[in-house]
Amino acid sequence: MLKDITLGQFFPGSSPIHKMDARFKLILTVAFIVMLFMAKNKWGLLIGAVFTLLTFLISRIPFTMMWKSIKPIIPLVMFTAVLNLFFVKTGEVLFEWQFIRITDEGLDTAVFMVSRIVLLIVGSSLLTYTTSPIDLTDAIERLLSPLKRFGVPVHALAMMMTIALRFIPTLLEETDKIMNAQKARGSELDTGSFRDKVRGMIPIFIPLFVSSFRRAEELATAMECRCYHGGEGRTRMKQLHITYIDWIGCVYMAIFIAGVVAANIIIQS
Amino acid sequence: MAIIKTEDLTYVYGEKTPFRHVALDNVNIEINEGEIIGIIGHTGSGKSTLIQHFNGLLKPTSGRVLVDGEDFFKDKKKLREVRFKVGLVFQYPEYQLFEETVAKDIAYGPKNMGLDGDEIDRRVKESARLVGLTDEQLKSSPFDLSGGQKRRAAIAGVMAMEPKVLILDEPASGLDPRGREQIFGMIKQYHEERGGTVLIVSHSMEDIARYADRILVMNEGKVFCFDKPPEVFRRSAELESIGLAVPQITRIINRLNEMGCDLPADVYTVKYAEGLIAERLGAARKNRGV
Repeated sequence: MLKDITLGQFFPGSSPIHKMDARFKLILTVAFIVMLFMAKNKWGLLIGAVFTLLTFLISRIPFTMMWKSIKPIIPLVMFTAVLNLFFVKTGEVLFEWQFIRITDEGLDTAVFMVSRIVLLIVGSSLLTYTTSPIDLTDAIERLLSPLKRFGVPVHALAMMMTIALRFIPTLLEETDKIMNAQKARGSELDTGSFRDKVRGMIPIFIPLFVSSFRRAEELATAMECRCYHGGEGRTRMKQLHITYIDWIGCVYMAIFIAGVVAANIIIQS
Repeated sequence: MAIIKTEDLTYVYGEKTPFRHVALDNVNIEINEGEIIGIIGHTGSGKSTLIQHFNGLLKPTSGRVLVDGEDFFKDKKKLREVRFKVGLVFQYPEYQLFEETVAKDIAYGPKNMGLDGDEIDRRVKESARLVGLTDEQLKSSPFDLSGGQKRRAAIAGVMAMEPKVLILDEPASGLDPRGREQIFGMIKQYHEERGGTVLIVSHSMEDIARYADRILVMNEGKVFCFDKPPEVFRRSAELESIGLAVPQITRIINRLNEMGCDLPADVYTVKYAEGLIAERLGAARKNRGV
């Protein structure tokens, strides 16, 4: 059952977006978020929507994945919509019944906020769809490396992140196995009451901890055997390369940001 | 009556996703009470998926599984009962140990059955004896035992539920030859004393050939064959084509046959081969004498 959770949403591919340097993607994603918040009106947001759709098309990620990234935030979207719909009291009244009053301004704000959140999620999910977790941690490490001067152990942190990512599927599989083993001995994980289920967790967590420590130790030994001694003087097998695609990506992004700014200036209403 | 029976059992992993994979494809088998069944197959042939259906850990995508003639998926209560009726020992079961003492860990299953203290005690002692753990080891922490001892303690934990069917998934994997011998000897003894049904999953043909009454060969989710060892090993060429190694002695006999000896094709134990070859040599000597 734990196998059904898809982790690391990376969708391998060979589109220009996949080929971009992870650092650029990370920065451009931040720029994209800024762009969405810069948009002051519908037209600005529409430009954001066009950007998102176009980028999705270029990345050749199936559109169903878009829906998958929105699904978990539906409650939040609904909440935002309802809040804006009912609590914005200014503007022309469209509908009134007892204490409920919906105005055109409320409707506008609701649509605006909802589209902004949806775009935010869909757009930034492209980063994780097109970048492998390892590349992403690499990029984070490189982008944070100036902090090394202030004594921040950037390499160690990145290595920890990489290891954690690497072991998530392993631990999930292990949990699944142990759960099945204890269920086979009659633990009431899937049949008992809530209390039984909580009590049934102990026989799962103890073996899981034991094996995690064992794994950590084995990994540490294996790393030491290969002379790992931290980030000092360490070179990389996979170098991050900046290519013309990255600069095209920047220009592409800049065009849309300019569009949003223009929309803000031209349509002041 | 068959203790375990499957009717068109099919199981699909990840239905409706791009990773859809048919793990079991229309499996129809019947296992009788008291048999020792060996289940072999290549990695990913569906052996582990199959055995997890027998105690209700997996629910068939389609088809039915009957234990003692009952379709236990209909009733949640029955689902728990079937786990006590069909004891399943997973691969590397030592990783499931969690209690402070070995005795307590073995008692976990019986306790879940709701038995009283005396009965639990009796069962713990009885299964510890069967797997060869001493009283002193029972009192120690499971994490202080050696690898082989841990394995036996974990197996005792399932035996203590006194299931009608005992299923072991690769019970001897990762053990040295002596450890393997011990585990299989212990299973054999358990079967002789209790007389229950035993299912052993393994990819070692040697072990299976020695202990099983019948062998179920799985290939790509389908039943390749399910028969007595001589019948199965008679098809050694086919077995090799699906990536299974036949016992070494069968390979030797096959080789001898290729070289012109006319020996039966269903040889799978050294003892049988020894007799055959001695007889043949004797006959040859006599011929030369004449």
